Amino acid sequence: MNVSSVKGSMSISSSTSTWKAGDTISDQFPAGLRVLVVDDDPTCLMILEKMLTACLYKVTKCNRAETALSKLRENKNGYDIVLSDVHMPDMDGFKLLEHIGLEMDLPVIMMSADDGKQVVMKGVTHGACDYLIKPVRIEALKNIWQHVVRKRKNEWKEFEQSGSVEEGDRQPKQSDDADYSSSANEGNWKGSKRRKDEEEETDERDDTSTLKKPRVVWSVELHQQFVAAVNQLGIDKAVPKKILELMNVPGLTRENVASHLQKYRLYLRRLSGVSQHQSNLSTIISAQDPTFGSLSSLSGLDLQTLAATGQLPAQSLARLQAAGLGRATAKSGIPITLVDQRNIFSFENPKLRFGEGQQQHMTNKQQVNLLHGIPTTMEAKQLVSLRHAAQSVGNMNMQVPPPGPQSSQNNPLLMQMGQQQQQQQSRGQILVDSTINHAPRLSSMGQPILSNGMATNVSSRNGIPENIRAPGYSQTPSMLNFPMNHASELPGNCFPLGSTPGVSNLTSKGAFQEDVNSEIKGSGGFMPSYDVFNDLNQHKPQSWELQNVGIAFDSSQHSNSLQGNLDLTQSALGQQGFSSGQMNGHNRSAAVASKAVFSTGDVKELRSAQNVNQHLNNLLVDNTIRVKSERVCDTSPANIFPDHFGQDDLMSALLKQQESVASSENEFDFDGYSMNNIPV
Amino acid sequence: MESKHVHQKIAAMRQSFFDEEVLDEKFSQLEQLEGKDNPNFVEEVFTMYFRDSTAFLETIEQAMKTIPIDSIKVDNILHQLKGSSASVGANKVLKEVNKTRQVLGKGNLEGTKAGILELRKEYDSFKAKLEPYFQLKQANSVAQEK
Repeated sequence: MNVSSVKGSMSISSSTSTWKAGDTISDQFPAGLRVLVVDDDPTCLMILEKMLTACLYKVTKCNRAETALSKLRENKNGYDIVLSDVHMPDMDGFKLLEHIGLEMDLPVIMMSADDGKQVVMKGVTHGACDYLIKPVRIEALKNIWQHVVRKRKNEWKEFEQSGSVEEGDRQPKQSDDADYSSSANEGNWKGSKRRKDEEEETDERDDTSTLKKPRVVWSVELHQQFVAAVNQLGIDKAVPKKILELMNVPGLTRENVASHLQKYRLYLRRLSGVSQHQSNLSTIISAQDPTFGSLSSLSGLDLQTLAATGQLPAQSLARLQAAGLGRATAKSGIPITLVDQRNIFSFENPKLRFGEGQQQHMTNKQQVNLLHGIPTTMEAKQLVSLRHAAQSVGNMNMQVPPPGPQSSQNNPLLMQMGQQQQQQQSRGQILVDSTINHAPRLSSMGQPILSNGMATNVSSRNGIPENIRAPGYSQTPSMLNFPMNHASELPGNCFPLGSTPGVSNLTSKGAFQEDVNSEIKGSGGFMPSYDVFNDLNQHKPQSWELQNVGIAFDSSQHSNSLQGNLDLTQSALGQQGFSSGQMNGHNRSAAVASKAVFSTGDVKELRSAQNVNQHLNNLLVDNTIRVKSERVCDTSPANIFPDHFGQDDLMSALLKQQESVASSENEFDFDGYSMNNIPV
Repeated sequence: MESKHVHQKIAAMRQSFFDEEVLDEKFSQLEQLEGKDNPNFVEEVFTMYFRDSTAFLETIEQAMKTIPIDSIKVDNILHQLKGSSASVGANKVLKEVNKTRQVLGKGNLEGTKAGILELRKEYDSFKAKLEPYFQLKQANSVAQEK
């Protein structure tokens, strides 16, 4: 990354940072990062210094907050990041945090032996970039550089007010994603960051005038003024111009306010989205399992993982497994789901299935109802959001078709390709569901997707425990959540999933997805997408960095295209066969969700149906693994979102996949479930 | 060879710490941070740790004798102890610290006193185990240099 370029643009008086070495920076980065560590405990301080040095950072240590502040003041640009303990005798760590934020606007990471929620929350509200629990591991320290880069990027964006909104959106999203999956998405983030850097450089040259603007430090007071103004105007009506007028701060420009408003909105979305995620996750998880019988092994694992994470209620887990695996994982209890899923094609049972599955998986009754009712209505929106999520993830999954017409169909048949919306929704759900259904697979996938997609720790959230409602959904929550925030960004398709209603929709969708998946397979409409996902997911076992999912959302554009693709895939998949479709779908959804973000790149993968099939298998495995490791759907999100793929391509790919999937299904133990059962 | 024998003894001591769960994996992470340029890093850390923790414990014990007992102060010190013990991998000591903190948090002063006694015991035992270990290590490395 071109930190130097970023820095240059960012701070007018930026001193030559060690990163200004130009090209060498990218090689050595983050080596040389200048860290100031503050801790009153000498033992901890010593250990931290040692660890930071081992990370090749340039370390300065202080044992008192006052000392740290004076060091920072005398050398304003001498440090890149500050690590501070919370409990210090002379000054509270949060106070120090505030000071630094106001005066120097450096990223600050808090540390403490305390891991209580309140304390961590306090860190967040005071503006800490991160919060580490002692004993601090060196791995955690290895990633702190991301906060520096992220901050710079955001600052840079502020300069470029006139810059494309998408860019900005993308960036924050990326950073958001990075936040959530810092360790996992380092690579992706770096990539995007590099891109951003390049953009920044270009922008810098172009907007030298804007760059030269003095950096506005959003102090606590200033931010409070801002929030007051926004609240006064109403969050929906708050436009930068009016906010600026209300705030009446000299020297503040409309651009400053606009960029800050953007960030603030994202933050709010994230807050609301997070909660949804969790619910989504659960729904997704639950939704997923029925379809994936094959994944049994995976799903079992995933489910377990999910369950372990608390997201997936143990019951759902069992159900999912049973459902998804039908055979493989946990036949306990949910064999019906599998069958039901198959029935989905016939659309008759879907509801039943869904209900069962739903009940089983989803603790949310809503979901069950939703499924039947097909979420189209609610879901339309939700689907949209889901779709967005899905889209981002892998458009395939999320067929965020216009919420209206399809809604009714969605439930039973997400398969209905025609029902774009439904499909989208269902897809999204399916994705979610599929992911979940695949439970073994999906769960992993779903989870990952969720986490990825949702910048907000969806992955971690998988707390779907109850929400398994949307099997696929839960997974998508992450994705969806993201879209929610970005919903505005996503062209129409995204329904801010963040809103609970959406979530519930999703959940229902999720449940529906299960049905849908099966239906899709059966009806060919829905399934295709589902399968696609599965395939996709399978493809990229871990490529989907769910984290990227969030990013995927940024590419709402993709999502749109994805949807189309999804539809195609869905249809293609659906036709192929439920099982394969489901599997694929699941994977896809998972992948899609997660991939939505990556979709562009991964779309290509979709094309190769063959690959997909193969991937499916891989994904299944991967997904499970992934899920476990990172709740985020790593399942190559790219696979799912063949943005680049024309619908036709997608369809054909899907169809091929379907076929291949069908054959591969056997691998998954779908033998038990013959395609015959699936009414196509 | 004598050094070999000592080596084995050191290794055995170290392993026993892990087996008894006196130390946890954080300790091994610290060992990994040691290198050619700072071969005694772990020992230095522990020297610091023992110095500070001994002082902390004494302060706590004093505080528990005063009337009224300043529980906030005691809790703060316990928090400190928690952080440093966790950072060096002093597993059992950490457990006692946490237990005592919990009891203190509930307002049970008598229980806290008892907890602190336990903590003191655990800490002394820990110190008594680690210090000879480091001494042996130090002696051995010196001998090896020869």
